[in-house]
Amino acid sequence: MSEIEERAKRALNKKAPFGPDVDLSEYELGFLKGEKFESAEEIPENFTKEVEKVGVSSKSSSLGYFQVDQSALFSMSLGEGVEILPLSEAMKKYKWLKDRYFKLVQPDADKYTAFSALHPAEGYFIRVREGVKLNIPVQTCLLINKEGVLQNVHNIIIAERDSEIHILTGCTTGAHSGFHLGISEFYVEENAKISFTMIHHWAKDSHVRPRTGVKIERGGTFINNYICMSEVRSLQSYPNVWCEGENSSAIFNTITMATNKSYIDLGSRIFLRGKGSRAEIISRNIASKKGYMIARGHLIGDNPECRGHLECRGIILGDGVIHTIPEIEGGYEGVELSHEAAVGKIAEDEIFYLMSRGLSEEEATSIIVRGFMKVKIPEIPRRLKDEIEKIVDESTKKLM
Amino acid sequence: MLVVEDLRVEVGRKEILKGIDLTIGDGEKHVLFGPNGSGKSTLLMTIMGFPRYKIIQGRIEFNGVDITEMAMNERVRLGIGLAYQHPPSIKGVTLEDIIKICSRKERIGEEERILLEKLKMPTDFLKRDVNSGFSGGEIKRSEILQLLLLKPKLAMMDEPDSGVDVENIEIVGNAINELLRGRSGLIITHLGYILKYVDVDFGHVMMNGRIACSGDPHKLLSSIISEGYSRCASCLR
Repeated sequence: MSEIEERAKRALNKKAPFGPDVDLSEYELGFLKGEKFESAEEIPENFTKEVEKVGVSSKSSSLGYFQVDQSALFSMSLGEGVEILPLSEAMKKYKWLKDRYFKLVQPDADKYTAFSALHPAEGYFIRVREGVKLNIPVQTCLLINKEGVLQNVHNIIIAERDSEIHILTGCTTGAHSGFHLGISEFYVEENAKISFTMIHHWAKDSHVRPRTGVKIERGGTFINNYICMSEVRSLQSYPNVWCEGENSSAIFNTITMATNKSYIDLGSRIFLRGKGSRAEIISRNIASKKGYMIARGHLIGDNPECRGHLECRGIILGDGVIHTIPEIEGGYEGVELSHEAAVGKIAEDEIFYLMSRGLSEEEATSIIVRGFMKVKIPEIPRRLKDEIEKIVDESTKKLM
Repeated sequence: MLVVEDLRVEVGRKEILKGIDLTIGDGEKHVLFGPNGSGKSTLLMTIMGFPRYKIIQGRIEFNGVDITEMAMNERVRLGIGLAYQHPPSIKGVTLEDIIKICSRKERIGEEERILLEKLKMPTDFLKRDVNSGFSGGEIKRSEILQLLLLKPKLAMMDEPDSGVDVENIEIVGNAINELLRGRSGLIITHLGYILKYVDVDFGHVMMNGRIACSGDPHKLLSSIISEGYSRCASCLR
């Protein structure tokens, strides 16, 4: 037994520090019969239709990966420079990959990571070669199709020196119940840049536990946009990010809505270790209809010359709870860390202003909420911005 | 067009308007003078329909329709418009969004472009959150622009000339003139600068929740400038 498995075994009953505890024995891994498809057109329509709601189009020439339950149905590299493989294949192909497997996420972090390490996992491996810059977003998607499935995902993304990639990952479900467990390890090498936009759309009885680790080398940039506007039974994630290198930077934007009794607990923890490293954690949250939202964030200034800002803003519409827990921690003179948090209802004078321009109270509220959820995200392609805006817009419209 | 009868209004249990009578005919332009706290803004906000301004007596009629109890957006539909003195800024809602709401259009067209040009509002303004970081003059121009697109029958303006610098006062003045062409108007002006640019027919002086006197706006203004509001106070008695 490998060291990873040994550590995992000892942690199988270790409860996660946050989020409700879920009994994994109620779920089973789901494998689809049949081979991988050679082209995206062969993916059955009942699958491709489901992923449209998370902004992924199977017709796009930049579709790189498609997984249903536990099976990788399709993967395609984009030229020489951007290699995309199911992780199981990549692990066989590259012996060195084991040095990057369960390195940024610990197998014994909690019972979920432990379960993942001890069971067959599938996910995508994306490697962008040195100096290659791809401005078209690569699309990947993960779909839970069968009721009661536990989807055990493990992704490894490597952006080599001076490379740049934009990834759009959509995770969704066609089933009412399921468990999505996703380990993601990102390696941003010197002067490389990854923007990772993840759009989630779950169902009433979905439990979701992403576990993410990011390491950023000198001059590297990691931008994470997370959007979840659907209901979900419980969703909890707290990525760890190490800004290791000099002048490395990380930006985390989170846009979520906790509605219809959804329980959402999200945040990110960023270690500013490199000289001149920078980080920004921004979240916009709505709670309504007995939704419960916890917005966390933790900036650790571990270098005398680092800067970070944390911003949590929430609107409560009617009946819901938002709990923001921003933490900033400086260990040196010279760190510049700040946070601001605000939770409340929509300002009345804003509603009346729009009503005095002819809108009804409902229309005015809807426009203000949509405006509130708009986060300015620089440095990502226009198409991604439009996609994010569209999804957030449509879901907030539905809320009204 | 507008008939206000014996209007008494409370804000947070404090009576601010203590019996206002005011009639504005079709195409007439009226100005309201008066010291701070005399109730000028309250009168405009009440006519517009802000729920915070509680009518405890009297009525408001617009073009023969009793609007005393009517919701604000319905009053807008009937043709009442207000340019704010201090409009709020709204995060994520741009000037472009507001223009589209006012003009009831999906996108900015020729008409909107011409008005932007006339008001000397550069197009990069469109992408900015409305009223956020706008200068005094920019706020006034944006408010007038919105009224020009709403095309109200009665355009009310709360101090369109305050906080506007010398270079911009003419732009604002000309835009107000254009706005009021063929329309009725009710303008609050504290210092009367705007009278240099805008032709108005009637003036009223408000004192302590009442209209103390009415008459030729220019005469009223020169009397206020030379003697202050003290004479108006005696007039009220």
